[in-house]
Amino acid sequence: METFTYYPGCTLRTKAKDLDAYARSSAEALGISLEEPADWQCCGGAYTTAKDEIATKLSAVRTLNAARELDRPLVTVCSACHNVIKQTNYDIARDEDMAAKVNNYLKLDTPYAGETTVYHYLELLRDVVGFDNLKAKVVNPFKGKKIAAYYGCLLLRPSKALAMDDPENPTIMEDFIKAIGGTPVIYAQRNECCGGYITMEDKAQAAKRSGAVMDSAKDQGADMIITACPLCLYNLKKNSGSDLPVFYFTELLAEALGLKEANNE
Amino acid sequence: MNKNLQEQIIRSSGVNVLKCMRCGKCSGTCPSYGEMEYHPHQFVYMVEKGNIEPLLNSESLYKCLTCFACVERCPRGVEPAKVVEAVRLAAVRQQGNNHLVPTQIPGMLDEDLPQQAIVTAFRKYAK
Repeated sequence: METFTYYPGCTLRTKAKDLDAYARSSAEALGISLEEPADWQCCGGAYTTAKDEIATKLSAVRTLNAARELDRPLVTVCSACHNVIKQTNYDIARDEDMAAKVNNYLKLDTPYAGETTVYHYLELLRDVVGFDNLKAKVVNPFKGKKIAAYYGCLLLRPSKALAMDDPENPTIMEDFIKAIGGTPVIYAQRNECCGGYITMEDKAQAAKRSGAVMDSAKDQGADMIITACPLCLYNLKKNSGSDLPVFYFTELLAEALGLKEANNE
Repeated sequence: MNKNLQEQIIRSSGVNVLKCMRCGKCSGTCPSYGEMEYHPHQFVYMVEKGNIEPLLNSESLYKCLTCFACVERCPRGVEPAKVVEAVRLAAVRQQGNNHLVPTQIPGMLDEDLPQQAIVTAFRKYAK
């Protein structure tokens, strides 16, 4: 069994426990052990792109350094954590000024310079497990189900830092859907924003954005929509006004692997 | 024109605003276009010209969703969202100018609102 450092992040411990629990049980069934580093901190939810922001980048560097110390790649599931951690890792490897300031503050035994490999859970499935191997382990295929993959903004962009997939014509979630026996639905809004944190103060804008995503998926005949992001799930469910069912991709994964009931016991 | 403020914002953003060729693709792809008084291409242009005060006082600062669509799709690699962020920071870093304060949060909560929304909003709206 191969072991990876696993960073759940704040929301997977609270409002998105399903996203976490199904990710863990499925990984185990696929021969992957996920271990949390000690004393991890919230990533902050959004990467602060400004060059003169250092403190807001430290928690992500601490997580990256913890994975480096354990000499294991780092896995995240939440789209926001994945985005923050990968952008931090990309910038610290290229921006000497930022790296110097971060390391002056942290005083690690060895300065951190972007050494850790970061995988989103979907990349783990694609690049470590392999979608063909996943397919071979599926016991409850989603046969005949038309499933819309919702990437949103945080999984793919900025693509030079996240390096996950083609930012305009991605396939990783569609390949995942095929591996669990479903039929992927391609729709125009799959990589456009759901409104994100604007729900805090402008429900109308959140409704407009999330409604556009749901309507676009439904117009293409989707039976359901899947996401990796707790905030996308919230906006699509609560703000869109649509009745299209929304699930975390890990829930479908666990169900396909025959683990869902065990998870719920 | 406040030359020092302009230089600070350009340095903080890391963006070369002179690369912009005014094609407007950033604003065309912005999911908040309809909610903004000043659009992404205007942020780039107005910072280039040093016309920053109107931006500092505009609600447009808080309509950017940080979705990176403009960053990804700019044919010149200008990265307009980084300019918006630098101007927003110049606004909220001023004493008493936070756009969101903790006492507002209880009124915004519902049983499903993910923590991610709250921490992200604080990253964007407050210092």
